[in-house]
Amino acid sequence: MGCAFDVVVVGGGHAGAEAAAAAARCGARTLLLTHRADRLGEMSCNPAVGGVGKGHLVREVDALDGLMGRAADAAGIHFKLLNRSKGPAVRGPRAQADRALYRTAIQDLLRATPNLTIQEGAAEGLERARDGGIAAVLTGEGERIGCGALVVTAGTFLRGEIHLGPERLPAGRHGDPASVGLALALAALDLPVCRLKTGTPPRLDGRTIDWAGIDAQPGDDPPEPLSWMTERITNPQVVCGITATTPETHALIRASLDRAPIYTGQIQGAGPRYCPSIEDKVVRFAERDRHQIFLEPEGIDDPTVYPNGISTSLPRDVQEAVIASIPGLERARILRHGYAIEYDHLDPRALRPSLEVRSVPRLFLAGQVNGTTGYEEAAAQGLLAGVNAAHRASGGTEPRVLLRTEAYAGVLVDDLVTQGVTEPYRMLTARAEHRLRLRADNAGLRLTERGLAWGCVGPERAARHRAFAAAIRDALARARAETATPAALAAAGLPVNQDGVPRTVLEVMALPAAGAPALEQAFPWLRDLAPGVRAQLETEALYAPYLARQAAEFAALEREERLRIPEDVDFAAIAGLSTEMRQRLSAARPATLGAAGRVPGVTPAALVALAGHLRRGASPARAGVA
Amino acid sequence: MDTIFALATAPGRAAIAIIRLSGPASRDLLKELCGRVLPPPRKAALRRLRAAGGATLDEAVVLWLPGPGSYTGEDSAELHLHGGAAVVAGVGEALATLGARPAEPGEFTRRAVLNGRMDLTAAEGVIDLIEAETAMQARQALALAGGGLTALCAEWAARLTGLLARQEALIEFEDEGLPGSLEAEVARATAALAAEMTDRLLADEGGERVRAGLDVAILGAPNAGKSSLLNALVGREAAIVSARAGTTRDIVEARIVLAGLPAVLADTAGLREAGDEIEAEGVRRALHRGEAADIVLAVLPCGAPPDEATLALIGRRNCLIVASKADLGGPIPPGALAVSARTGDGIAVLRARLEEEAVRLAPASGAALLARPRHRAAVRDALRWLGEAEAAPLPELRADALREALRALGRLTGRVDAEAVLDRVFAEFCIGK
Repeated sequence: MGCAFDVVVVGGGHAGAEAAAAAARCGARTLLLTHRADRLGEMSCNPAVGGVGKGHLVREVDALDGLMGRAADAAGIHFKLLNRSKGPAVRGPRAQADRALYRTAIQDLLRATPNLTIQEGAAEGLERARDGGIAAVLTGEGERIGCGALVVTAGTFLRGEIHLGPERLPAGRHGDPASVGLALALAALDLPVCRLKTGTPPRLDGRTIDWAGIDAQPGDDPPEPLSWMTERITNPQVVCGITATTPETHALIRASLDRAPIYTGQIQGAGPRYCPSIEDKVVRFAERDRHQIFLEPEGIDDPTVYPNGISTSLPRDVQEAVIASIPGLERARILRHGYAIEYDHLDPRALRPSLEVRSVPRLFLAGQVNGTTGYEEAAAQGLLAGVNAAHRASGGTEPRVLLRTEAYAGVLVDDLVTQGVTEPYRMLTARAEHRLRLRADNAGLRLTERGLAWGCVGPERAARHRAFAAAIRDALARARAETATPAALAAAGLPVNQDGVPRTVLEVMALPAAGAPALEQAFPWLRDLAPGVRAQLETEALYAPYLARQAAEFAALEREERLRIPEDVDFAAIAGLSTEMRQRLSAARPATLGAAGRVPGVTPAALVALAGHLRRGASPARAGVA
Repeated sequence: MDTIFALATAPGRAAIAIIRLSGPASRDLLKELCGRVLPPPRKAALRRLRAAGGATLDEAVVLWLPGPGSYTGEDSAELHLHGGAAVVAGVGEALATLGARPAEPGEFTRRAVLNGRMDLTAAEGVIDLIEAETAMQARQALALAGGGLTALCAEWAARLTGLLARQEALIEFEDEGLPGSLEAEVARATAALAAEMTDRLLADEGGERVRAGLDVAILGAPNAGKSSLLNALVGREAAIVSARAGTTRDIVEARIVLAGLPAVLADTAGLREAGDEIEAEGVRRALHRGEAADIVLAVLPCGAPPDEATLALIGRRNCLIVASKADLGGPIPPGALAVSARTGDGIAVLRARLEEEAVRLAPASGAALLARPRHRAAVRDALRWLGEAEAAPLPELRADALREALRALGRLTGRVDAEAVLDRVFAEFCIGK
């Protein structure tokens, strides 16, 4: 094609950074076009990475050799493994990062990535090829950059509008201009657009907080890293605080609702239910007289504190009164007021599972522009879009997709492209049917081999992964094959029914009463396993009986997932589909029968008609029948 | 693809019974039954149907309907038989012997849909579905069962969704200050729901009887007149009657209709110390049949002292005492219905009693909500997972078990997806930092 670059990535947020790095790792000559290179890796909201569901995504990005986990470890100043008291499947690693260190880490990682060029500038236009696909990006400086594929990660920059009480101003992320030219160029593509809303709390000066009157929340010791490649966390760790709103706070807010943009009609977009503003909480849960607030330092040398839990777009004077009504914050100074932001996003149902826009070949979209929220959701999409863009630019046609059965990233993309969004989409473990399998602790075992096949995993991780995977395989094989008699187990202090039936090591490990010393006495080789290998073995043992019981149900699901719907299928031509079903299916264009079943409102009768149609298509012998 | 057959007309007494046949082997099966000569396509033809051994099954009107122009789009046939359970059963058995299998409910329609022979709008509500187990399956069962089942299962599913939402909230939002009592509440409500579903399942057993047919066993001493009683009730010579005691050594079955419900009458070997091994086995089977039967007719002949084995039956659940051979005279045991097979006296009264019992045991099908085996299977499946949930040692396992229970119910009510669960979470709890 004679392009200067195989892949151009527009936008330098978390999606853009992962997309550019992934495309470059896959060998594509890649350009990252961003407004300001010094703001790459900016954490524009809460300076934390991971959590339940989100931590799973970070581990998956990491397993595919992405940046987020390593950057968070390099910048982390407070680590916590959430759900520690629950089973390993739902434990979520989380780290609070020093904002400046995180930027530095991301920028260092990007600069160290071969094949990657970073250029400052704004994308102002798109040039299309004869097939309607993307040919080049036009910059604000008048430059034309030809490319084999384009990834747009526009975040909230499309027609972004900030609300702060009665004040309204056009903007993207705080302090950045909205992307007007790019918005117009995307609008010209005639993609379906929807509007969403999100918000942030006021930022406080930590030096004016009365820490003595606030409960302290230290991180884990030792901290659990987010990246599998990190040996040790070296940053000094900080302590967070917990305080709460008071009845006085609530009264203040109730008295000011006539000036709250979300209630005056000033804001139209739907906000996230899991991240409501404080005014929303006070109204919807009127019976509660306190709401928790986590005080999270934004950096080691940065006095800014993020009061997590009081996102708001109330007017400035109300925000100040609200802060002063909270224990420990009586004299706290607001460094920057909270605000809500409304922005356009593109309906992700216009995308293929590769995140390529169906109607515009070689254009990929990733991150918040697809209606998601969160750094982790953005990073996962960015990585997959980067991999697919590189593949597409090199002539590949088969999309590189992770299934719902394989990864949270697969659940994320499938939910987006088949269901669309009605609020900013956040990952939750409840969205994954295969939660017991898709764990943060086995992301590498699930995905690194795939990443190697795709070309996005480097040699260093490859070597470590293969040694680890082989050790697990061997240990599992032995634990499944080796048995002991009930009598032998009893002798080792492992009480089982004396029914004469030998038990495998894995079965014995699953017994609630099986303590480590007794296990090691019965099976001394367990003592020699590396801790990571032993932990995997224990988790497998813990869940194996439950997974076996779910096997039939999953097999049925899997069958539906594997029944592919051809891209060119004409839903209007399928006999027996009502007009409504035709519209719903045409809008979502599900890639498989399973995905069709998840399209909201699609009836079982419609699925049967669809399945029948696919069957007939698959067996030409029956073609004469219809 | 299997070749399938099913009775297309309502079971029970009727002048004509139609068996439909569909699938690739239809042509061969029909030829086999009709003595090698296939009728001309789509033309009614009279044929003598014979079993594999050569025995005549029936004289029937036969239609040969080659695909793709048939209802299902496959090679098909219709056999218009003389009405009557024995004929239908005989032809069914012959077809099964030749390799066809009974159709699943709705399978003909499903094939018609899959073969593009039927518009879905027409088939909606009858299709029994593609092999997949999930959402697609069985929502149509609702239409068949009517609104009662819908409402009941929807209510269970809604409660289960609420339980799952609470459990999920505990997993997703550990640090959101959720009420501490939540875990215990979930456990309590899970147990309550399981108990309710179990009760309903037991209460609706009658519904299954409506479908499967009542089992009536005739028990008594040798030569008490059991076989005569059977023949009198059925109105034909179904059992061999002889004055010799012990003539009936195995069970003889005959089909009758009681108050519109199909029933099987079983004549059994006489209860006595057996003279030989074969008879001993007969007695054993008789007693076993009595255990399993919905209604037992304990037969005590008039004019003979009552035997111990038969007296032992009296007082048991669903036992009617019949004083047989009433025409011979003699004392009638208290509570017994006097009948005479020879004169027909009392037979109509006995029949009426049996019909009353049948109605009592199998309430009108509208009242039984979980009548179809698949409904019961789905509810049993859900119950099994609720049991798992109660026993689960970890929160995520409890959530998974609740989710599976919901999925099992979803086979009746339609899929309850993650979004519905999350809706409940966010409606109920103040989540979000």
